[in-house]
Amino acid sequence: MKGRPLLHTSYASEMALFNTPAKRVWFGVLLAVAVAVPFLLTDDILQLLALCCVAAIGAIGLGLVTGYAGQVSLGHAFFLAIGAYTAAAISGDPDGRVIGFGVTNMLVWLPAAGLAAAAAGVLVAPLATRLRGLYLAIVTLGLVFIGQHIASEWSSLTGGVGVGRPAASLEVFGYQLATTDAFATRDQKLFWLMLALLLVFALAARNLARSKVGRAFTAIRDRDIAAGVIGVNLARYKTIAFAVSSLYAGCAGALLYTVSGYFDPSSFSLLLSVQYIAMVLIGGAGTVSGAIAGAFFITLLPRLTRELQAWVPFISTQPNEVPNVFQVETILYGVLIIVFLIFEPRGLFGLWVRARNYWKAWPFSY
Amino acid sequence: MTILEFTDVHLSFAGVKAIDGVSFTVGRQELFAVIGPNGAGKTSIFNVLSGVYRPRSGRVVFDGTDLVGKRPHEIAALGMARTFQNVELFANLTVLDNLMLGRHNHIRYGPLSAIAWLGRARRAELAAREAVEQIVDFLELEQWRRLPVGLLPYGVQKRVELGRALAMEPKLLLLDEPVGGMNVEETEDMARFILDIRDELDIPIVLVEHDMGLVMDLADRVLVVDFGRAVATGPPADIQHHPDVIRAYLGEVQPT
Repeated sequence: MKGRPLLHTSYASEMALFNTPAKRVWFGVLLAVAVAVPFLLTDDILQLLALCCVAAIGAIGLGLVTGYAGQVSLGHAFFLAIGAYTAAAISGDPDGRVIGFGVTNMLVWLPAAGLAAAAAGVLVAPLATRLRGLYLAIVTLGLVFIGQHIASEWSSLTGGVGVGRPAASLEVFGYQLATTDAFATRDQKLFWLMLALLLVFALAARNLARSKVGRAFTAIRDRDIAAGVIGVNLARYKTIAFAVSSLYAGCAGALLYTVSGYFDPSSFSLLLSVQYIAMVLIGGAGTVSGAIAGAFFITLLPRLTRELQAWVPFISTQPNEVPNVFQVETILYGVLIIVFLIFEPRGLFGLWVRARNYWKAWPFSY
Repeated sequence: MTILEFTDVHLSFAGVKAIDGVSFTVGRQELFAVIGPNGAGKTSIFNVLSGVYRPRSGRVVFDGTDLVGKRPHEIAALGMARTFQNVELFANLTVLDNLMLGRHNHIRYGPLSAIAWLGRARRAELAAREAVEQIVDFLELEQWRRLPVGLLPYGVQKRVELGRALAMEPKLLLLDEPVGGMNVEETEDMARFILDIRDELDIPIVLVEHDMGLVMDLADRVLVVDFGRAVATGPPADIQHHPDVIRAYLGEVQPT
């Protein structure tokens, strides 16, 4: 409707993903900036931003099971590990030191990593139908330790602790997606690739969240008895939640180490799970955009604390001196989770909502 | 013709007999009320009907199917909808989303088509949205559509919960204290909606309620329970004067 952009004349336009001009414009601006960023920033920052995009895929996955369906999972590192090793094994060199099948096509190893992790998620899901809340959190925590033990013992797959193995190669039908050539550097291409993948995964998650399935997730989270009585099959939807979440984790795990090219079993510790929980909580549980914001925030945090040294000279950058930036970083995770849960439980997304509502009503206070 | 046969059901919690051999039937056009003092077992009867509790013995036949041992979502799929004594809405979701959740069983597509959001999933969602709008209209919820239900007044929340049950297009509607805690005006509104549901939508209703005025005005038949046992069943006029009912509510008359 001309002149009345907020008036919807059909349910289709009302239920569209970008149903207001503001959403369309802001998304367009953000996308344009994201696509243009590789021309403005240095390669080391671009590599970090590429990692942010991959982390965001994983965080969206955890957001689906923990933020939407309310099933607290501390086992995300386990599913990331399954994805990473599946992809690395499929794409690995068949004559190499570790297991490899030599199928380097990303269109093969990426879905395979997702499906392998999803299958593991389906196996874990029955626990969620039996347990809830803290009990589920503790059981999923157990997965991380089991996963770490297997990864450190099975050195023909993982290369062993402290040695590691090469990650999957970014290649589609023999064409290398991320190599420096006359037009762009490796890190520029890497960032665009990960950004494109993030967009696909984010759109899929957003569609799932606004569908029948997403509504069933939130029903289970808010009141599981009422959810059952209105016809939601709790076991089925908890299984779907775990499967989709693990699928995202598997794909993120597969992509995560293609940036650095190398990884070893100690990567998949409890700290990794905690980082993902922090992304979801700090970003805003129960939103896709919040998970993305949280993933960027947490992934950029180490870089920011390293800059801290310039202003706070008594913090050292050497790991063997106290206090050092690595300690500050670890403490910051905890402090940020506490601060956000107390002052803004809706996370970064909540801060955005506050800012938006302030300017909507401006110059009045409400 | 009966839609529900509740036959000799026993339910106990560690020695407390919540339901002790209650039997009743509900007809296809009937507004059937269950009354009784606090703790008499009224809500336990509802929880057995909707599959939240599993009875120790007895038969519950709904529209030709035995419900004992079935899980809540299976019973919901058979066409039984209920509301709760303490509103059990999804407080963070809007009125529309709560009603859309009521249509869960009528929206048919899987997670894969949900992710694509093309064709089938999109059509199903749009159709559900239209159906939900009719309930918004029926229950006069227009002004609250987009608000999270947690922010709404209690009386409106009760109405939204009724709407969520109606969105399921049930064959039988169970209402657990639909006017509990409401003022006179809200009670009259709710009474009007209940009568409309029975007469216009042709949905039989089982009603648990403490508001005797409402029960006596609306119900076709009344079942009185006390300490898990059925005390009396019959039309409201008979129940009001039934000696056992008076004893259950007011206690024994001491001989002087």
